[in-house]
Amino acid sequence: MKFVDEYRREEDAQAFVRAIRAKVTRPWTLMEICGGQTHTLLRSGIDRMLPPEIALVHGPGCPVCVTPLTQIDRALAIAERPNVIFTSFGDMLRVPGSTTDLLTVKAKGGDVRMVYSPLDAVTLAQQNPGREVVFFAVGFETTAPANAMAVKRAKQLGLSNFSILASHVLVPPAIEAILSSPLNRVQGFLLAGHVCTVMGWTEYEPLGERFRIPMVVTGFEPLDLLQGIYMAVDALENGRTGVQNQYVRTVSREGNPAARAVVNEVFETCDRAWRGIGVIPKSGYRLRPGYAAYDATLRFEVGAITTEEPKECIAGEIMQGLKRPSACTAFGTRCTPEHPLGAPMVSSEGACAAYWLYARA
Amino acid sequence: MAEAKPPSPPPDLGAALAAASCPVPAGSAAETILMAHGGGGRLTQRLIESVLLPAFDNPALRELHDGAILEAGGLRLAFSTDSFVIHPLFFPGGDIGSLAVHGTVNDLAMCGAQPLALSAGLILEEGLPVADLTRIVASMRRAADGASVSIVTGDTKVVDRGKGDGVFVNVTGVGIVPPGVVISPRRARAGDVVLVSGEIAVHGIAIMSLREGLRFETTLESDSAALNGLVKDLLAAAGDAVHVLRDPTRGGVASTLNEIAGQAAVGIRLEEAKLPLAEEVRGACEILGLDPLYVANEGKLLAIVAPEAEGAALAAVRAHPLGAKAAAIGTVVAEGPGRVTLRSRIGGVRVVDLLTGEQLPRIC
Amino acid sequence: MCLGVPGKVVSIEASAVDMPMGIVSFAGITKEVCFAYTPDVKVGEYVLVHVGFAISKLDEDHALEVFRTLKEMGELEGLDVPQPSGGGAP
Repeated sequence: MKFVDEYRREEDAQAFVRAIRAKVTRPWTLMEICGGQTHTLLRSGIDRMLPPEIALVHGPGCPVCVTPLTQIDRALAIAERPNVIFTSFGDMLRVPGSTTDLLTVKAKGGDVRMVYSPLDAVTLAQQNPGREVVFFAVGFETTAPANAMAVKRAKQLGLSNFSILASHVLVPPAIEAILSSPLNRVQGFLLAGHVCTVMGWTEYEPLGERFRIPMVVTGFEPLDLLQGIYMAVDALENGRTGVQNQYVRTVSREGNPAARAVVNEVFETCDRAWRGIGVIPKSGYRLRPGYAAYDATLRFEVGAITTEEPKECIAGEIMQGLKRPSACTAFGTRCTPEHPLGAPMVSSEGACAAYWLYARA
Repeated sequence: MAEAKPPSPPPDLGAALAAASCPVPAGSAAETILMAHGGGGRLTQRLIESVLLPAFDNPALRELHDGAILEAGGLRLAFSTDSFVIHPLFFPGGDIGSLAVHGTVNDLAMCGAQPLALSAGLILEEGLPVADLTRIVASMRRAADGASVSIVTGDTKVVDRGKGDGVFVNVTGVGIVPPGVVISPRRARAGDVVLVSGEIAVHGIAIMSLREGLRFETTLESDSAALNGLVKDLLAAAGDAVHVLRDPTRGGVASTLNEIAGQAAVGIRLEEAKLPLAEEVRGACEILGLDPLYVANEGKLLAIVAPEAEGAALAAVRAHPLGAKAAAIGTVVAEGPGRVTLRSRIGGVRVVDLLTGEQLPRIC
Repeated sequence: MCLGVPGKVVSIEASAVDMPMGIVSFAGITKEVCFAYTPDVKVGEYVLVHVGFAISKLDEDHALEVFRTLKEMGELEGLDVPQPSGGGAP
């Protein structure tokens, strides 16, 4: 596959590994934000190829993992309603709420359907005028343009049976929260390349300056990650800060203005609770008042929801890079992919699940 | 794990037990059957271990191979059953009927047996067009002819509309294992080579392309086929050097090799770069975020053979029309018994574990 | 968020101006994709697709950047760089 295979060659990967080893003279802690990057790092075995001086911690880049429990419980309550067709990406189907999850709701008779694109949910609404179609709009900035367009399309088509449960989260406020913590050990960031494809990297420049930290916009193929790590280590070794771009084949500083325009038309920023971390101001998107008709939180009264986080779950600390999954007292025993206590064990991009699947000795 | 309740322990022991770190997560006994129980991964295993095995327990069953081997009148019989619930009923490359026949013929072949006879149990949903049924049974006949076997007995039931997915098919088969042929996961030993008879993940991707919500256009067809002819050629060429045979159906190559590694208490090391993968299958896996190692196959087999027979085995398989793209994809190792590992395309190493349930497409 | 896959634009429908759609091929698999965010895309070009939307065009020249860097590093490698031991065995 073009633009894919070229970035998976062994000799090139080994060349970057050698270069990183040659460059590093002291320990550094790097964080990658995006679950997809975690996936590649572990799946290719890159984490074990790096010199021991480099510690890679996995950040809260799994929108599935950071969706607050109340939001998941709300989704489950809506999905349980008989007239609802509840649509979602595959990632969210197994995430546990307080008492159940979407797949179990499906097992008990709920109409829960997986879709590839939010436009598929709009099509379902067109085809099923007598049913309520709800789309679980989870994601970072990368997915917001698609979700925004779906809402616009529904409005254009005059659909009265389509709504979204918006649970968007934004990366820069999360990075700021991590860097502001007195316990922070992260010295360099690999920024999420597809988030930046949409947003560009101007939002990160003030963070890089304020916290004196290097950040590299990085892609998702093995070679991208190795080059991103090399660039970050090079900057750290030479005392350079600020944003660099590794993912030049698709990311520009301005990002995609057309996409952002539609996002701004449909969504506005709001405070958001991140599961395990708490409320981060201005870190989410919600539908603008003009699109209130498509807001599932307004359309469905689900009553009081009591949420109960399992006490042993340290997802928040893991997602902030403060602890490794292996440090959790429940990891591998009371918390496994079969019986997860928190979202990072369920989502294939969650740090805990990735450790379980790829790296357990 | 048996569900029987033990008598209440004295208080201090109870407290100690409650605090102990149990390797099996608490509350792992599911209360309702989930789709994931049919996925071929951990939940399927748990269901078998915790509910089915304890109920039926006997030596033949405990082998947990694709078919049971029974001794009768000096012959070794292979006996196997397979049920099919696939939707849609008709798909590029086959239908529920041909899939069911091939499935059971292959289970017998994985024991080293040629099929002797098959039965067909049909559960039909009220409202199914007879034309569909005619089409399905014609397909079953063709599939059986292709495997040189007949469907000699059967049963038909009808359920109310809404209580069955059109058709459910069960095919049960019996075959004879030639004298001296011993195919069993327990024969896998360090140094053996792992072969696959062709490109992986074809069936699962072909079916997924028809699934609502994930549809894409492709020329891919299911690779469902009867493997008994291929197995015959393989055994003729490599004989006793063929230690294990298994067809990696649901759960894919990864799940099947994990099962074998567990049953044989050996490690298996795969080479990612050696996995035969058709371009279109790759494309589909990329856009859906799927790992081809966990996607279902039909009409493909895994063979674990002694290293000195690798050449002869591969040559025999490649000479057969169903084995043209066969390849050596890994080795059996002594380290890490029960574990499957993989050397990635870029030279890193990772564990290839069983998934909990079905692998789901992702966007993250 | 993450899963963005490069694909080749096979066809573009002229229909809805504000939501142009078309077909993208991923190694032979084709899927309908929305080009609203890459409105000037042409048949034969490559786009990065996420959940059914093309979010950017792939730049061929920039795509070679990684390999230029590698080549430069390779030239530097002529100066004795220590080889890593093993290949990351567990």
